[in-house]
Amino acid sequence: MKIVALDSSGLVASVAVLEDDTLIAEYTVNYKKTHSQTLLPMLAEIQRMTELDMDTVDAIAVAGGPGSFTGLRIGSATAKGLGLALDIPVIAVPTVDALAYNLYGFSGLICPIMDARRNQTYTGLYRFDEAGHFVVVKKACAVDIGEIISAVNEKEEPVVFLGDGVPVFSDTIREKITVPFSFAPSHLSRQRAGAVGALAFVYYSEGKYETAAAHRPDYLRLSQAERERAEKEKANV
Amino acid sequence: MKNDEIKILAIESSCDETAASVVVNGRDVRSNVISSQVPIHTLYGGVVPEIASRKHIERINQVIDEALKEAAMGLDEMDAIAVTYGPGLVGALLVGVAEAKAIAFARNIPLVGVHHIEGHISANYISAPELEPPFICLVVSGGHTHLVKVTDYGKYEIIGRTVDDAAGEAFDKVARAIGLGYPGGPKVEAKAKEGDPSAIAFPRAKVSDRPYDFSFSGLKSAVLNYMNGCTMKGETYNEADIAASFQAAVVGTLCDHAVMAIEEFGVDKFALAGGVASNGAFREAIKDACDQRNVKFYCPPPILCTDNAAMIGAAGYYSFISGRRDGWELNAVPGLKLGER
Repeated sequence: MKIVALDSSGLVASVAVLEDDTLIAEYTVNYKKTHSQTLLPMLAEIQRMTELDMDTVDAIAVAGGPGSFTGLRIGSATAKGLGLALDIPVIAVPTVDALAYNLYGFSGLICPIMDARRNQTYTGLYRFDEAGHFVVVKKACAVDIGEIISAVNEKEEPVVFLGDGVPVFSDTIREKITVPFSFAPSHLSRQRAGAVGALAFVYYSEGKYETAAAHRPDYLRLSQAERERAEKEKANV
Repeated sequence: MKNDEIKILAIESSCDETAASVVVNGRDVRSNVISSQVPIHTLYGGVVPEIASRKHIERINQVIDEALKEAAMGLDEMDAIAVTYGPGLVGALLVGVAEAKAIAFARNIPLVGVHHIEGHISANYISAPELEPPFICLVVSGGHTHLVKVTDYGKYEIIGRTVDDAAGEAFDKVARAIGLGYPGGPKVEAKAKEGDPSAIAFPRAKVSDRPYDFSFSGLKSAVLNYMNGCTMKGETYNEADIAASFQAAVVGTLCDHAVMAIEEFGVDKFALAGGVASNGAFREAIKDACDQRNVKFYCPPPILCTDNAAMIGAAGYYSFISGRRDGWELNAVPGLKLGER
């Protein structure tokens, strides 16, 4: 089975091609956020270098959220277009799940933190059990940075943080954390489409995929207008 | 080329309509599918960009599938994919652009980026098979007010443009002020039918030194001031008279500019385009002005005036046959100018 994986959920743009247990190619750029101009050229470059016949691709994996709303839509619309044109399904992998999957084999808790602004983070808690299975301890959510640190402290075990929230929140973490902690090294600390694709194989085997038409990002947040409208309605009740 | 027919799949997502269409040889529309978000944005009194972007991504594949199905054609029969890449709401544009690029890449189909206003102008090629440049076109919508000389296919000279609000935007704002809601165009038009267009003398602004440019923000303010004035004096005002008088001021201004351009440039063809071209009073006024001067008048039907993808297919066709091809780095350009790339 062959999967094309995409992640444009944050500052990083990343594209990968995987076939069963093999990562054939991965292209990751953490430079400027111009995903609309870079994501498809990156796939085109991989296609050229690996002589990839798009008709042999079986599914498109995409970091399905949370993340930058616009970034997510560039990834999702690209996945949906590829899915429509090739008549293949889309596997949406939660962005933070894929981030955590970068740290396969770590023995403690894994806590991806993405900067969601306003002192909030897109995060979750994960671990690999003794058999090496990926376990979701706390699923993807948008919370205050203090809240996820408290949740980590309650577990009373070592934790590793990663993601673009690390430079933003490292001082807060150092100040509030009560368990042994570390930050992932640079080659593992950001979104990588290779991880999205590898986890997509697991999701696919569990039947977690959808049609390209049905796919949409999971933002974990309402738009500002919807939020304000809901608040106004609540106040009027 | 296959059977001398050039088939284009066109995609449009610049504002609040998700649209796809199959157009053959630029003028023969085989399908024109539009998924409108108007009911959602009505809740907010106008288009909310983030919500528009979210809705586009939920509907775009279904809309494209439907357009191909209705045209009874497959993707592999397409000679090009045309997509609106500006101007418009950046988040909304990006959905269509990313989708179009991915489809074109996966099936190895040429990609053509299309200017949204060029699409509106080209809607006239669909409704009037005999129409050819040169002609003058007045494009009036919720986001645009442009008086354009179309010198050839894909070649434009902008004669005048709005310096502030678009005409359609003024309709939306006035509709909100007199409690008619969104979308303002059709609601003001319906209300105006019950009112007296000469009841209130609203100003018809001119832009100094630039006779062809438009300004509508002063008119909108004049409507609000009139209403405030009435309220302060304890008088009631008549919404229908306001709607009729406001509409007469907008139509009058647009018409004056059109006539000035017809007389100065001596063209024998004049076309309307854009959502506001669906307004009956506006169409009639421009048609009368053209008839009086022996100028042939063109205006697409409402389904081609509103944002749609068939018009993008028409514009995309002329771009395609002139040799334009876009690469996988094509980006959404929210402030794209007409005639620029």
